[in-house]
Amino acid sequence: MKYVLLFVGTMEDQKRFENLPPEQLAAGMKAAEQWFEEYSRSGKIVGGEQLKGPETATTVRFNEGRAIVTDGPFIESKEIIGGFAVVQVKDLDEALEMAKAWPSGPVEVWPAVER
Amino acid sequence: MVRLIGNFDIAEEVVQDSLLAALEKWPVQGIPDNPGAWLMTAARRRAIDVLRRDQRYAEKVALLERSIVPYDPAEADDRLRLIFTCCHPALAQEAQVALTLRAVAGFTTQEIAAAFLVSETTMAQRIVRAKRKIVEANIPYRVPEGPDLIPRVDAVLAVLYLMFNEGYLSRGPQVASRRDLAEDAMWLTSLVARLLPDQAEVLGLIVLMRLHLARSRARFDAGGEIVLLPDQDRTLWDSAAIVQAVEVLNRAASLASPGPYQLQAAIAAVHSEARTWQETDWAQIVALYDTLLRITDTPVIRLNRAVAVSHVAGPRVALGELNDLAISLRGYHLFHATRAELLDELGETALAREARLQALELSQNPAERSLLERKLGA
Repeated sequence: MKYVLLFVGTMEDQKRFENLPPEQLAAGMKAAEQWFEEYSRSGKIVGGEQLKGPETATTVRFNEGRAIVTDGPFIESKEIIGGFAVVQVKDLDEALEMAKAWPSGPVEVWPAVER
Repeated sequence: MVRLIGNFDIAEEVVQDSLLAALEKWPVQGIPDNPGAWLMTAARRRAIDVLRRDQRYAEKVALLERSIVPYDPAEADDRLRLIFTCCHPALAQEAQVALTLRAVAGFTTQEIAAAFLVSETTMAQRIVRAKRKIVEANIPYRVPEGPDLIPRVDAVLAVLYLMFNEGYLSRGPQVASRRDLAEDAMWLTSLVARLLPDQAEVLGLIVLMRLHLARSRARFDAGGEIVLLPDQDRTLWDSAAIVQAVEVLNRAASLASPGPYQLQAAIAAVHSEARTWQETDWAQIVALYDTLLRITDTPVIRLNRAVAVSHVAGPRVALGELNDLAISLRGYHLFHATRAELLDELGETALAREARLQALELSQNPAERSLLERKLGA
């Protein structure tokens, strides 16, 4: 079964992370990379990306069939999505185990629609 | 999708049945204009079938009581798996309890709603949502292992305790005391204990259940009328079972990991060891409630503590403590029944009567209703 793990956090989390001393920032990045590597090796990660900051995001909305392009993410809130991983595992427990092993911040676990 | 549903096999669960029916029908008939409403209609139709099943269940239980039932380890494993699935932390705790009662113990939604002091509609929605999540998020059907086990057991114990209480004194309209359900809960708790022999709280819960059952013969008179603790014939208590239970409680205490179940078991033990109501060590009971409140502060525990306080400090002090609970427990029949008792002691007969009428309005248990009616008639 496929799940999408969303790595979420607040803007403050993001700023705090960016302002970490270089060696701590590097260690944090390394831990996340290791998480991806480890689970990719065991074949549980199907895809995933780290996302750039919300100030780089653009939203396309539709109004009476007309596309309207605006600056910023769709959800206007203090929460942001820092990245995601698409995982292929047996059940929710296995997905939760991966989320618990994620080195930084909260993780939302969403089951994907099966086709 | 049928495969998805198949891995969580509670065939009698109303909503899942409807969901299945929907899955079978929709590809043939097309999706109805309003699938939500269709599901509700289908669920209601299924509910009637479930009520019939409950009738058969009662007959089955009666049959089982007359024969010796062999212990079936495969069935035990199944039940335990089902419990852990229903008590999965990905479900809201309220939903865990409701789902276990519905799926493992076969409670009706109405009974569960009464136990949680919420409307039947609210409870039905809670169960539906939990059910859907198990299927949609693929919550596994198994007993957890490793470091996951201990936190998951806490959730299970909470559910079993509620199940026992509901079985011990069911608020359902047909039967006063569903002994079989209480014994079911105790049996399931022993299963968990076998899985986790060194968990003090599991033992505490078993002791609590054993002490209640040891006194159950005195709880009803020959006419099926309820007999309250002060008036019980204590020679009817199973003193051997009480001694054994207290031994288990001592073993639990030696594990030096106190918790709410052990404390409640200790309170029950103080009651069980008193030869008469008057000889009860009320000061110790109040002290145990104080410790309990530091761990879990709930209005119902405060209500029970107030009863003990009335014996140490008098009914007026206890009534004062009850006033603080008036809003949170206004839908709880025992709150009004307790208030009535205290008001009677103070000679406030008119107010006591009013409180008792409120209790009567809220109670669904025939034995409790009969007791209240007797007191109102007196």
